[in-house]
Amino acid sequence: MDRVRRVISVIVANEAQVLARVSGLFAGRGYNIDSLTVAPIPDSDLSHMTIVTRGSQRVIEQITKQLHKLIPTFKVIEHDEMVEKEMVLIKFPIEEKLADIQALCSAYNGGIVNVGSNMIIVMAADDSKRITHFIEAANRYHPIEIVRSGVVAMER
Amino acid sequence: MKMSGAQMVCEAIIAEGVDTVFGYPGGAIMNVYDEIYKQNAFKHILTRHEQAAVHAADGYARATGRVGVAMVTSGPGFTNAVTGLATAYADSVPMVVISGQVPLSLIGTDGFQEVDAVGISRACTKHNYLVRSIEELPRVLKEAFYIARSGRPGPVLVDIPKDITGEIGNFEYPDKVDLPTYKPRYKGNDRQIKKAVEAIVTSKKPILYIGGGTVLSEASELVRELAEVTQIPAVETLMARGVMGASNPLLLGMVGMHGNYSSNMAMSEADLIISLGARFDDRVTGKLSEFAKYADVIHVDIDPANIGKIVDVDYPIVGDIKTVVHRMLPMLREKANPDRYQVWRNILARYDELHPLSYSDSDEVIKPQWVIERLGQLLGEKAVITSDVGQHQMWTAQFYPFDRPRQWINSGGLGTMGYGFPAAIGAQVGVGDEKIVVNITGDGSILMNVQELVTAAENNIPVINVILNNHFLGMVRQWQTFFYDKRYSETDLSFQPNWKLLAEACGGKGFDVESKEQFDKALQDAIDAKKVAFINVAVDRFENVLPMVPAGGALYNMMLEHKDK
Repeated sequence: MDRVRRVISVIVANEAQVLARVSGLFAGRGYNIDSLTVAPIPDSDLSHMTIVTRGSQRVIEQITKQLHKLIPTFKVIEHDEMVEKEMVLIKFPIEEKLADIQALCSAYNGGIVNVGSNMIIVMAADDSKRITHFIEAANRYHPIEIVRSGVVAMER
Repeated sequence: MKMSGAQMVCEAIIAEGVDTVFGYPGGAIMNVYDEIYKQNAFKHILTRHEQAAVHAADGYARATGRVGVAMVTSGPGFTNAVTGLATAYADSVPMVVISGQVPLSLIGTDGFQEVDAVGISRACTKHNYLVRSIEELPRVLKEAFYIARSGRPGPVLVDIPKDITGEIGNFEYPDKVDLPTYKPRYKGNDRQIKKAVEAIVTSKKPILYIGGGTVLSEASELVRELAEVTQIPAVETLMARGVMGASNPLLLGMVGMHGNYSSNMAMSEADLIISLGARFDDRVTGKLSEFAKYADVIHVDIDPANIGKIVDVDYPIVGDIKTVVHRMLPMLREKANPDRYQVWRNILARYDELHPLSYSDSDEVIKPQWVIERLGQLLGEKAVITSDVGQHQMWTAQFYPFDRPRQWINSGGLGTMGYGFPAAIGAQVGVGDEKIVVNITGDGSILMNVQELVTAAENNIPVINVILNNHFLGMVRQWQTFFYDKRYSETDLSFQPNWKLLAEACGGKGFDVESKEQFDKALQDAIDAKKVAFINVAVDRFENVLPMVPAGGALYNMMLEHKDK
């Protein structure tokens, strides 16, 4: 069966154990997690999780239902019309061509965020695919460290 | 009202109408046991192992439909309870287990008898709680009982640190729960129900596929009516034995790996499967690609995750079986034409004549199936039957004439050896002494919770254990015979305790049976003794459970007999 990539938003009660319940569900049932992000929803007692996963249609359907079955789950949103963004931080040696790096960053909604005596840190925020391209392009400037945030998404 | 956390636990148990709690004390739960000592609103039965306490609460719940309650201490007390939780979870049994935990200040320090109970039990409970303050305790207890019994039932663990049970707080037991994230759906979608009824009316070869959810939903009578009105034949899963009633002419039998020929052929050839609270377990479907190839599927289940999990469903209905069937009935009464399925019924009747469920009895040796049939003749509807796991379990499911739901109690999903005896104790406590409770077990399984002889003897719980003794781990031996060229690796149980002495050493009665006459007498003596009993029946060592669909084989390819090569 065809494995599709899916972005699933899960609205859960912001309480102890809830992340373990969700990640445990994926581990216990053998589902993939490409990325998982979680943060509280402002002015509420809920949290928003964004999970990127892969699987056949049947598996994706099961993931959605199993997530919904967890007692602290308020809502599961899974469909095609998601606006998704991801952020990446990259650290370069200060010796690299800073102007080139700056230009590259602006092409991906980013910029330089921190400069030290021997390194600079840049960020970019964009679609996951474009973040992957950004990292590929950044590779020629000998990055020291790359940290991706994982996807956050919102229904259109 | 001001009271301690331990008192709150007792008050909640009383408020929930629980009359018996099964458990085992220890350090972290002592505050609660101190309160149990001071009250007499509910009874506490001390099992001799925490696993048995949880199985007993489970048996109590299955026999009565009420929430079972078990209580254990932290660390090893809790880990011993895990098999019980997993057993109840697999079969959707409403249960609340209360465990002690080390004090809040010690959590995370690898304290004495500390174990991460909520972490360990997350995958085998419907929900679990680690109570973090006395303020939340009343709400958590209320939610635990509510979650355990509502929707698709299941076990809930409440882990309470020792300092919280010792602390004084304000107790007001909530009238209702407020869980915005948990709203089980009972009603079923109107349009889907109508479409499903239409599919039933226009089908030619429909089959009712009845699962354990029917028992949980107390829908047996309505399901019988559904079959009666439409004259659609039915098969039961292992968990649903008793729903249709053994003498019901529309019941073909049990479906699946050890189902009878006509039931499995009915599933294989049907054009419409009406699944009521069943979940297309691998022991039912056999090889999936060959399963029910010609059938559309109506799937009624209160758990949406069960629908479409294993097979594609044409008419999904999320809802409670009782409610949904109740709503289908008037429509079917109006529209269904029972004559329409006459040809189909004839075909299935012919299959049954061709290969009825049977065994060859013997005068030289007792056949295990004979024992079950005999028990059925002698006790019939009167008894509640539990079992352990293995050959005896399958023979019981095949040959005992179950007449009503909750008469048959076994670990179907998890397949827990050692379940039957403590479950029988719990069931007996639940249904009272006027009912006879028999645990049909094997010489392997019974030893896995044999210490409960003491519990039963001490509390005058007259459970009768019928041990079908073949001096083997019979089911594994059967697979070794069929699939492992008779290499009987570690399944020969020739070395055995003296069963009669064992039972009597613990305060029960023991009987050794080597002939049919002896069996009848032993059973009568055991009933008259009103004491926990072992009836050790020497049965044919090499009898096999048949028919059999080998694991992974197509449901219609049944092994009907086994010829020794």
